[in-house]
Amino acid sequence: MSTIQASARGIAWQRRRRAFALAWADYRSSVPGMIGLVTLVAFVLMALLAPVISDGSELRAVNTTNNPVWATPGDFPPLGTDNLGRSIWAQLVFGARISLLVGLAATAIAIVIGAIVGIVAGFFGGIPSGVLMRVTEWFLVIPFLPLAIVLATVLGPSIVNIVFVIGITSWPGTARLVRAQVLTLKERLYVDRSRALGAGGGHLMTRHVLPNVSPLILANTTLTVPIAILSETTLSFLGLGDPTRASWGKMLDEAFAAGALTRNAWWYYLPPGVCILIVVMAFVLCGQALEEILDPRLRERRRR
Amino acid sequence: MSARFVAGKALASLVTLAFVLVFNYFLFRVVAGDPVANLFRGRNLSDSQKEQLRQQFGLDGSQVEQFFRYLEQTVTLNFGRSYTSNEPVMSEIASRAWPTIALVGVSAILSALIGVLLGVIAAWNRGRKSDYAATSFTMTTYSMPDFWLGMLLLVFFAVVLGWFPVGGLSDPNTPDEGLAYVLDVAWHMFLPALTLTLAYLGEYTLIMRSSLLDTMREDYLVLARAKGLRDVVVRNRHAVPNAMLPVITLVAINLGFVLSGAIAVETIYSWPGLGLLTYQALTGPDLPLLQGLFLVFSASVIVFNFVADLAYAYLDPRVRYA
Repeated sequence: MSTIQASARGIAWQRRRRAFALAWADYRSSVPGMIGLVTLVAFVLMALLAPVISDGSELRAVNTTNNPVWATPGDFPPLGTDNLGRSIWAQLVFGARISLLVGLAATAIAIVIGAIVGIVAGFFGGIPSGVLMRVTEWFLVIPFLPLAIVLATVLGPSIVNIVFVIGITSWPGTARLVRAQVLTLKERLYVDRSRALGAGGGHLMTRHVLPNVSPLILANTTLTVPIAILSETTLSFLGLGDPTRASWGKMLDEAFAAGALTRNAWWYYLPPGVCILIVVMAFVLCGQALEEILDPRLRERRRR
Repeated sequence: MSARFVAGKALASLVTLAFVLVFNYFLFRVVAGDPVANLFRGRNLSDSQKEQLRQQFGLDGSQVEQFFRYLEQTVTLNFGRSYTSNEPVMSEIASRAWPTIALVGVSAILSALIGVLLGVIAAWNRGRKSDYAATSFTMTTYSMPDFWLGMLLLVFFAVVLGWFPVGGLSDPNTPDEGLAYVLDVAWHMFLPALTLTLAYLGEYTLIMRSSLLDTMREDYLVLARAKGLRDVVVRNRHAVPNAMLPVITLVAINLGFVLSGAIAVETIYSWPGLGLLTYQALTGPDLPLLQGLFLVFSASVIVFNFVADLAYAYLDPRVRYA
């Protein structure tokens, strides 16, 4: 019995590995997808190597009293200084850490909630499903930014809270998508077969439904991260981010408050925005490439 | 449309609204803790002074008592008084509503019109340069924070070129009435409206494009062409009207976001609407004002979602018989 089980699992794994290899080959053939992926790897490296490629002490105004203020990139390479003499480059590089971290962590929360709600609501019909979908619809209807602002204000500005706020407001789209997929999956023959062999709800959900919705969840994750990053930017710009850590949104907030616009200090307000633009675009490119691989309808459209 | 369908949708909207009311109370009165203690943190207040302040803000009594008082007040549109200005929250919101409605309303209409136009051009020329240009343009505007786009436009057109004012609703030297005032407000509104139009446009372009691409595969378009109709007629009479359905729903949904849609952009241009009011309420924070704004924002979205549902069902019979 155990050998049969092991080999059955082995076959399943083999099949999944093969599917993954095929998907990766498909992904590699997508030029926009590869551009997005390479860009993201570059930004992740930038965030990881922040203390190596910049001087973290330049982030705090107490250490920069000897620096010129509002120095142009020419006078203070590579990117000049702000109104307090802090290095823009150091802020940008360390800000990448917070912006990416918040984007990824918030997305992780959103995806976990969305996937669980979607699978449970799709798998069990009746009252639990009805209640879950009501809650989901409620979160979809509530204007996102005001809700996030209100939550962040009440909870207080900190990095944990901002992750929580963005995560808790970003899951309903995923939940709806996953539920729709689960509704079609649970009618498949292999689910019936497994149920006929005596499998319970937990086994069916984790062994049959989850593996089959996970590609969809992956594509959805890649498209949720950019939204989370943009949300972090807006919330930080409104002063709801962590006051002690640089992020791209906080840089824009401080640039605006310090009057970088009226004195046209482009080296202050351009870099964070350009970074956000590039990272968001890269995630969208990756997400679209994944979607095309996973959705045969889109693929057909691409190849025709 | 059957009365039952309308009643069902109306009931669902009411349930959502009730949900918002309860959530709002829970958030501001339970999670936020004691507002008096928060507001006057670090100041030396005697217990009797605190008690008096609580009474003044309607914060005395048990949670249950407070909850019912809150319900009663909210239903009668009494949102309490602002902590900072001591004005009734409702009158503050009412006086700030029209600049937002004007700004975001104009931007919503313009972005829908231009976005649909771009979407049609992109879909009809799929795979050609104009399609590529339209989709990359919309993807770029989608990928940047709207307020950063506002910053760029502000620096270029107001600071560098000096063509437009850097912010505000009107020039203090212009009289507050007549045509001169309207023109002055329009002149001040140009840059924020341009920002929001560009920011919203992408959504419409993408939806219109994909909807039209789906429609273009339909048999009746092949028939229209086979009849020998000109390309323009096929597009404008047969394809576009049928592809407009999702766009109309999106317009209705986005109208609900008119009130809350421009918080960061209004801040950049110091446009004295509800968005700037929200930003100002954050410093403090002015909880009653924030609470009132949140209720008004949510209610407007819920109402327009209801309208969107009805519009969709009216336009697409498949929905109401599903």
